[in-house]
Amino acid sequence: MNTNGRIEVKNLNFYYGNYQALKNVSMTVEPHQIVAMIGPSGCGKSTLIRIFNRMCDLIPSTRVEGKVLIDGKDIYTKDTDVVSLRRKVGMVFQKSTPFPKSIYDNVAYGLKIIGIKDHRVLNETVEKCLRRSALWDEVKDHLGKSALSLSGGQQQRLCIARAIAVDPEIILMDEPCSALDPIATARIEELMAALKDEYTIVIVTHNMQQAARVSDKTAFLMHGQLIEYNKTTDFFTNPSNKITEDYITGRFG
Amino acid sequence: MKDLVLKSFDATRLRREIWDKVMVVVLFLCAACVLFILFIILWHLIARGLSSLNPAFFTHLPKAVGESGGGMANAIIGTFVLLLLAVGVGVPLGLGAGVYLSEYAHQRFAQTVRFMTDVLNGVPSIVFGIFSYTVCVLPMKSFSAVSGGFALGLMMIPMITRTSEQFVKMVPHQLREAGLALGLPKWRVITGIILPSAIGGIMTGIMVALARVAGETAPLLFTAFGNLHYTQSLMQPIAAIPLQIFNYAVSPYSDWHRQAWAGALVLIVIVFIINIWAQYFVYSRKRWSAGK
Repeated sequence: MNTNGRIEVKNLNFYYGNYQALKNVSMTVEPHQIVAMIGPSGCGKSTLIRIFNRMCDLIPSTRVEGKVLIDGKDIYTKDTDVVSLRRKVGMVFQKSTPFPKSIYDNVAYGLKIIGIKDHRVLNETVEKCLRRSALWDEVKDHLGKSALSLSGGQQQRLCIARAIAVDPEIILMDEPCSALDPIATARIEELMAALKDEYTIVIVTHNMQQAARVSDKTAFLMHGQLIEYNKTTDFFTNPSNKITEDYITGRFG
Repeated sequence: MKDLVLKSFDATRLRREIWDKVMVVVLFLCAACVLFILFIILWHLIARGLSSLNPAFFTHLPKAVGESGGGMANAIIGTFVLLLLAVGVGVPLGLGAGVYLSEYAHQRFAQTVRFMTDVLNGVPSIVFGIFSYTVCVLPMKSFSAVSGGFALGLMMIPMITRTSEQFVKMVPHQLREAGLALGLPKWRVITGIILPSAIGGIMTGIMVALARVAGETAPLLFTAFGNLHYTQSLMQPIAAIPLQIFNYAVSPYSDWHRQAWAGALVLIVIVFIINIWAQYFVYSRKRWSAGK
């Protein structure tokens, strides 16, 4: 069992230009846990997970203060290799994003570009990842078909297969189910539980029931501050903070 | 006040309805005119050119004045060679510039280049010919296929740059993020994901540019120059259908006039085929994407 995949955040501040999106956030995500991030729109939860794989670099004039360590290594040093960091920290997005390629190539692409050409290895990995993402039985007879022809839920599972194909330690999920129907959502949630033994998962969600169902720990953010971060069972049954209680009981947000 | 508005509405009702009908008719006539012009051109070409079209037209070289028969085999091949050369110049440069503008360039620089491509697009085609004459023909001391292809290729650049920039920009942002999040270097995201997503639009842009330069005569006058025989080397003058049409059309011989009409017809059919092929390419990709 893979014991890597720990995220430590220490006194993190994040700015879009002059706007401070995250304020002094500190938290630790333990390996092989599912952590849910909840909070009202604009609270900084998506920003936070985009800091874990440095996707926030893509936006000009942003600034990071504080430390983010993945497996004890600071990911915001000058000599951090962003490309290999992102291979270690995979991501699944709100809108499913299959590449305009065949189903097979979507999964194999990440491997092909790091120079793995052996067809046997590629075939095995594609099958393994599609099985892990519970898509294999539905697509095994037409792997050459365009990934864009799959349904929304299938596309999202394909994106998960694609993410795990490059053997990451952490998978970030940015509202992965918000465009899916309840049945497809349930399948993704089952999948997350199954993936936990190999990967650390951080999921941003607007759906509090989902957070309660899938996660080991839940973090609640508001106005860029981490209000509460606790075991999910305690978080929802016995919140220690008044604001958390107001939020989860629907008094605002 | 309310009454007044209602009343004047009623009073102008007839006038409104008549104008409405008139405008529809006027607009329809405009559309019909466009079609009509196209048909007139086609009809003329077919009526005057079809009779001179025979197998010999596609397989034989031009005959000297007074001898009947002969064809444009050399010019047809020449046009394809020139177009191929033009694609070799125009597509890499235009596509590269378009991708750079969309994916890398700073706003100010991008805007300057965009403005310049618009200017370049408006430059008369003969100027491209003169330019190519200066930088290719003079140093090489010979008219050549290369210089003609170069002139046509330059003409294609602004068109291809603009269309590829547009279509590359239209690729959803999430797709780029997904590629980067998978640990792909940016250039891989561009070549492996963005370009394949935008290929339909890019191809259409290339075809439009190709169709436009296929009929250009002016840039070829003192570059490709024309040739009454097959060209053995790209460094030699080469025949092209538009050049041949021009030469025949300004001649006093009715036999040559007929050949010119036939040449024009062939040229249009070639452009037509290129376009249909491109449409089919785009269409079949779309079908594949949709899972059919």
